Amino acid sequence: MSSYKQLIVAALSLGAISVSNPPAAFCAAVPDSVTLNEKGTLYKPFSFNHAKHIQQLKECAGCHHHTTGTLVLDPECARCHQNSSPTAVVSCKGCHSSKPFSPETLAEKHADKQRYHKDKMGLKGAMHQSCIGCHQKEGAGPVGCQECHPRTAAGEAFYSSSRLGAKPAHAKEH
Amino acid sequence: MKRRNFLKACLIGGTTIAMGKTNKGWASGSFEGYPESMGVLVDTTRCIGCRSCEAACNKEQNLPEPDTSFDDKSVFEEPRRPTAKAYTVVNQYEKQKPGGPVYRKVQCNHCNEPACLTSCFVNAYTKTKEGAVIYNSKVCVGCRNCMIACPFNVPGYDYESVTNPVIKKCILCYDTRLKVGKPPACVEICPQEALTFGHRADLIKVAHERIRSNPDRYVDHVYGEKEVGGTSWLYLSGTEFDKIGFDPSLSNDPIISNVKDFLGMVPMVLSIWPALFSGIHLLSKHDAGSEGHDTESKEEDR
Ligand code: SF4
Ligand code: SF4
Ligand code: SF4
Repeated sequence: MSSYKQLIVAALSLGAISVSNPPAAFCAAVPDSVTLNEKGTLYKPFSFNHAKHIQQLKECAGCHHHTTGTLVLDPECARCHQNSSPTAVVSCKGCHSSKPFSPETLAEKHADKQRYHKDKMGLKGAMHQSCIGCHQKEGAGPVGCQECHPRTAAGEAFYSSSRLGAKPAHAKEH
Repeated sequence: MKRRNFLKACLIGGTTIAMGKTNKGWASGSFEGYPESMGVLVDTTRCIGCRSCEAACNKEQNLPEPDTSFDDKSVFEEPRRPTAKAYTVVNQYEKQKPGGPVYRKVQCNHCNEPACLTSCFVNAYTKTKEGAVIYNSKVCVGCRNCMIACPFNVPGYDYESVTNPVIKKCILCYDTRLKVGKPPACVEICPQEALTFGHRADLIKVAHERIRSNPDRYVDHVYGEKEVGGTSWLYLSGTEFDKIGFDPSLSNDPIISNVKDFLGMVPMVLSIWPALFSGIHLLSKHDAGSEGHDTESKEEDR
């Protein structure tokens, strides 16, 4: 067990450090910014200001559930994860699949009747619901699509009323 | 009885009697859907009305260019219904409510016992084992029985093609995706995962679990679990379902059961059905005339 982990676990159990100030304990591992939507085709990749969110939220669990070892906020999660220690993977994509509806995933879910996290959201859904949901609740931060990620040319064509961008120009002529 | 429902009953009844019996293969009310049926759970509390699903459907199904772009939010002023040019539409409800507006995506619900299928006398429709209700446009004669029979106002009539007028509707992306196990295009693009694709049986459990773990967020009902004998598309809502455009008068009996009840009255019906049919004929002619063939954007029941 790494030393920081020991420290956190010990500190948490003693209530020695306030969970509202986690960056102090984690700073080495915590990125200041993260590039999101890296493989986007309709919308461009963009840089997410992690540092600013840490400053403003001060609460890892708001986004990272129990994975950073902080106390979970959702009482439903707390039923099992009250004392969960930090996990090896804390990034969203570590748990939330970018292909939540692939035949393999669905077959697995269908076969395993005991599976608890049957309704785990995919990566895209988890990110958007987390970001937009919080921005709406706090009345701060972007909620519109292009406020976070501007469209690519393919994206503009996709949403437009004309197929000009998607088809060769002559296909439009009648 | 609303005129439309009357028409519906007459048409289905008439068709059935004309064929002697229902030859569609299952007894009313006992068919639970195919066990391996897939489906989509629509969580209206997650939908943000971005219309990405509409754009994705348009591309996937090679539909004509829309009148305005998919960014156009003015389409929300009036509730829309699916048409031959748009197999799915997103409507806005509860505009003035705190916490509103609420959005709902509308498309074919892929009924376990589809009224469109039972009403079609050329057997253009098929319910596949994956749950999709598809149709063969080559045999469709454009009679529009299915439009009248569908309890959700779904099938759209293609007025553009004069030579081969046909019915068009959401096919659950059967040809290009469902058949090979891939999620529908609208599901795949939804940024909010307001649409969850999976085995219908699993989705019903997931839906009830969402209600259980978040009772304040949801009305305690999964629309489509039982309605009209069950549908492959299921819905969760935070407001009463009739407030977001669902017809609360639909019973849990599949529409085909109406046929059975109707058959109970056979002696009477047999003696008067020719008269009924001519009545229907006149009514529908009147209908077409008064609405100028523009039923596409109109909600008949509103
Ligand atoms: S919703 Fe309407 S068109 Fe779709 S399967 Fe049911 S009856 Fe048929
Ligand atoms: S399932 Fe396919 S055809 Fe049906 S609304 Fe979605 S994208 Fe359109
Ligand atoms: S893509 Fe999803 S969130 Fe957007 S309108 Fe469609 S169902 Fe709603």
